[in-house]
Amino acid sequence: MRGVSAPSPVELEQPETDDLTLLDKPWVTIVWNDPVNLMSYVTYVFQNYFGYPKKKAEKLMLEVHNDGKSVVANGSREEMERDVQAMHEYGLWATMEKQD
Amino acid sequence: MSEGFQRRRGGGAVATFTGFEADLLRSLASQLVELLRNEVAAPSAGEDPLEQLLDFTGPTTEPDDPVLARLFPTAYPHDEEAAGEFRRFTEGGLRDAKARGAVRIIDTLEEAGLPSELGEDGVVVDVELDSGDAVTWMKSFTDIRLALATRLGVEEGDEDYWLALPDEDPRAHVYDIYQWVGYLQETLVEALSR
Repeated sequence: MRGVSAPSPVELEQPETDDLTLLDKPWVTIVWNDPVNLMSYVTYVFQNYFGYPKKKAEKLMLEVHNDGKSVVANGSREEMERDVQAMHEYGLWATMEKQD
Repeated sequence: MSEGFQRRRGGGAVATFTGFEADLLRSLASQLVELLRNEVAAPSAGEDPLEQLLDFTGPTTEPDDPVLARLFPTAYPHDEEAAGEFRRFTEGGLRDAKARGAVRIIDTLEEAGLPSELGEDGVVVDVELDSGDAVTWMKSFTDIRLALATRLGVEEGDEDYWLALPDEDPRAHVYDIYQWVGYLQETLVEALSR
């Protein structure tokens, strides 16, 4: 343990590169297929939560249904955490990850 | 038998249920509330006793109950630490919101005339939901259906299996209820869709 009397240098936390989102939107929200949620409901959620037009919402819903998953949003880590939380509130199975 | 929801003038949705149907919905919503509130979302035990005492923020590990694990999925599948932090800050609030939604269903049904003990025949429950309540019901129907499907073990494209079960199999009855709530939800989404 460091001696209490020694002046300890202030440790500045290195900003993680994850937080540097000025130039890009490196995080994505993924919605996964499940055997329960209705196609109409998933479309409704994409339209009403993300504000996507019906066509786009349906396209994403069909991706989830046919391909097993779909990237439904991208943005900063904080934004994606909000979106994932909202998806869980709607009962959709959502995860997030950093884009390659 | 209820025909499900219809669009309400000025937004929201309306539906008429028999006493039996309303009582069944109340029972499903009550079970959801019980599950969400009884299975404690306790913080996982850390190494440091002081840290444990101060840590009343929320759980960091996936719930044991498969229904709860489905209702509160792991947000970061490849990063345990981030997943734990996310859960700590979200699961408590999500549990409360889901429990409140189910309680709203119970309250609405009772305000609409469902007696606390369903005794007599001929009870009719007319439910009128404004847009906010309609969305609350729709989300809660999702939670109820996820709970039923998880308990049953419903998988993609296995309808034939469930429909072929003999009537005396209790799972056949539960599957019927699951389908029925799905039908109600479909009509509710339809009533709210633009």
